[in-house]
Amino acid sequence: MIDFALEVENLQTYFYTRAGLVKAVDGVSFKLKRGETLAIVGESGCGKSVTALSLMRLVADPPGRIVGGSIRLSGTDLVQLDEPAMRAIRGDRIAMIFQEPMTSLNPVMTIGRQISEALILHQSMTRAAALARTIQMLGLVGIPEPEQRAKEYPHQLSGGMRQRAMIAMAVACNPEVLIADEPTSALDVTIQAQILEVIAKLRRELGTAVILITHDLGIVAETAEHVIVMYAGRKVEEGDVRSVFADPQHPYTRGLIHSIPRLALMRSGGAVQPERLQEIPGMVPPLSNLPAGCAFAPRCALASDICRRDAPPLEEKRPGLFAACWHAGAAAAVAHG
Amino acid sequence: MADPVLEVAGLKKHFPVKKGILRRTVGHVLAVDGVSFAIASGETLGLVGESGCGKTTVGRTVMRLIEPTAGSIRLEGKDITRLGATELRPHRRQMQIIFQDPFSSLNPRMRVGDIVGEPLKLHVAGDRAARRRRIAALFDRVGLRAAQMDAFPHQFSGGQRQRIGVARALALNPRLIVADEPVSALDVSIQAQVINLLMDLQRDMKLSYLFISHNLAVVEHISHRVAVMYLGRIVEYTDKRTLFTRPLHPYTEALLAAVPVPDPATRREKIVVQGDVPSPLRPPPGCHFHTRCRYAEARCKTEVPALREVEPGHLAACHLR
Repeated sequence: MIDFALEVENLQTYFYTRAGLVKAVDGVSFKLKRGETLAIVGESGCGKSVTALSLMRLVADPPGRIVGGSIRLSGTDLVQLDEPAMRAIRGDRIAMIFQEPMTSLNPVMTIGRQISEALILHQSMTRAAALARTIQMLGLVGIPEPEQRAKEYPHQLSGGMRQRAMIAMAVACNPEVLIADEPTSALDVTIQAQILEVIAKLRRELGTAVILITHDLGIVAETAEHVIVMYAGRKVEEGDVRSVFADPQHPYTRGLIHSIPRLALMRSGGAVQPERLQEIPGMVPPLSNLPAGCAFAPRCALASDICRRDAPPLEEKRPGLFAACWHAGAAAAVAHG
Repeated sequence: MADPVLEVAGLKKHFPVKKGILRRTVGHVLAVDGVSFAIASGETLGLVGESGCGKTTVGRTVMRLIEPTAGSIRLEGKDITRLGATELRPHRRQMQIIFQDPFSSLNPRMRVGDIVGEPLKLHVAGDRAARRRRIAALFDRVGLRAAQMDAFPHQFSGGQRQRIGVARALALNPRLIVADEPVSALDVSIQAQVINLLMDLQRDMKLSYLFISHNLAVVEHISHRVAVMYLGRIVEYTDKRTLFTRPLHPYTEALLAAVPVPDPATRREKIVVQGDVPSPLRPPPGCHFHTRCRYAEARCKTEVPALREVEPGHLAACHLR
C-alpha cells in the first residue's frame, strides 16, 4: 500500500458573492505521495490557488467556504478541524509559500526571530535551539552568511533572498507537505532557477512532498513528477508529467502545450524552426456563469451535443492518465494524425 | 544594414538619484549606458534581459517618451534625437508603442473606438464618418468586431484589450512598433493569439518591431535578431539562431541554461548561475557580470569589455571570447 502524505477527496470550495454562487473548486480529488512533487497547472480563475488555500484552510469566510469533501493529512481530516486545532498544524505539518514573500514575512521582525518563533511555538524548542535551527535552515536554502542574515529585517534582503527566507520559514518545522503558489513568477529567470533548485534540494534532503501551483508549463516539465490540469474549477487531466506532455488526452491540455513557444531552435541546436503557435480560441469563462456540460466546450473544436449537455466524468484513458472529456480518444487521434 | 528603419547609436540614459530634504543629486543610475542597434524594415529585434537591465528605458527613449542623455536615434535615416515637439510630430506617427499592462494603458472613461481613433483625430484630416470606417477596419484587422466600438475597456478581457492597444498602434500605419512585454500579463492560452496577431501584421504590413521581453521562449519565437542586455549594456547581439544555439557571452549562456523547457523528455543538467542581479545604482566595475560569472578573470573586474564582432555578424562584450 502506498503511503500518502495528503489525500484530497471531492473538495468543493464555493464563494457566495453578489454576482452569485462561484464554484471556485468543484469536486477536486488527488493524492500526494511522500517526497513527491505534484504540479497543479492552469490559467487565472481555474481554481488552482483556491485549491491551495483550501488545503491550508485559509479561504476567507465569508465569502468563501469549503462546502464538501475531505483533506486528509496523514489520516487527519483538516476540513473537520476547528481553527485552534488547524493553527497547530498549519506551519508545522503543512506549510505554504507565496509569489510575493512580503505577504508572509513580518516587516518589523528580524528574519531569525520570525523563523525561531514558529519553532518555539510548534516544536517547543528553547530560544537558543530554535535560533541554531533557523541558521541551519537559512544555510540550507542557500543564504550566504546565515548568522548575519538572521539578524536582518526583510527589507534588507533582495527579492531572491527574501524568497529563500520565506522558504526557510515554511520548512523550518519540517512539514510533510509544502505548498508553493507561483513561487517564482515574480522573479528573474536566473533567480527562478536558483529557487527551483532550493525546492528540489529540500525534497531530496528533507523528504518534503511539494504541491507546486503554476501557470508555467516549463516549470512543470522540469520539476514535477505528477501533474493536474485544472479548468474552471475542475480537474480536467491528471497523470505523470512525461505521459501528459507526450500524449495529452484532454483538448485543453493539448491546446495549452501547443499554444506556448517551446524553444525549438535552442533544443534542436538550430535544426528545427519554431512553428506557428496554435491558438485556443475565446477565453476562460467567468466562474459565476459557466456553461452547462463541459466548461471547455465553447472553445473546443471537438465539442458535440453531449459536451454541451453533460459534464464528462474523469476516466482513465491510458494507463495512469486520466481525463474528463467525452472525446478524449478523438483528441489524441487528431494529435497523432 | 541597408536603410534601417531604426538606427540607435551610443544611446545613454542616466537618471539622477536625489536624496535628503534638499533633493540633492547624489549620483546617477546608468539605466542605459551606451547602447547601439539597428532594425531593418519588416524585422523584429528581440531585446531581452532581467529586471533592471534597462530594456524598458531603451524602448521609451527610442520613442522619445523620455529624453536621452547622449547618443542618437535615427528613424528612417532622419536624426530625431533632438527634435522639438512640433518637428517631431510627423515622425511620431511612424513609431508606436504597445504596453505590457492592457488594464492600465487604456483610458477607462473612453469608448474603445475613440481610443483607437484618437491618433487619427490628431494626425489625419477627415470627417467623423471616414474615421469610423477606418476604426472599423482596424477592429476587423486585429480580430475584434466593429460592433464593439462603442463599449468601454472594462467590458473586454485582457487579450481583447491588448488587441485594442494593437489597433491604436496601427491607426497611423507606422513603420516601427515598440512592444514592451506585450504578452507577459496575459494568460497562456491568450498569449498565442496576440503573438500570432503581431506576426501576421508584420508579414502583411512590413512592420518592424522592437520586441522587449524577459521571456526567452517568446523572444526565440518572434524575433529575427536578438540583443541581450545586462545592467544597461548590450552584452550580446546576433541573429536568433546563433544566439540560441551558440551563445558567446557567459550571461547569455546562463540565461539559456536557466529557462525552463516545456518538455519533460529533455530534462537538462542545470548550470545555475549564482548570486543576484547587482543594483543598477552601484553596478560592479569592469564587466558588470563578473560578480556572477564562472569564467571571470582579474581583468574582468577592472576593464570594461567592448562589444565587438567576435565572428561575422556575432557581437559579444566579453574579454574571454
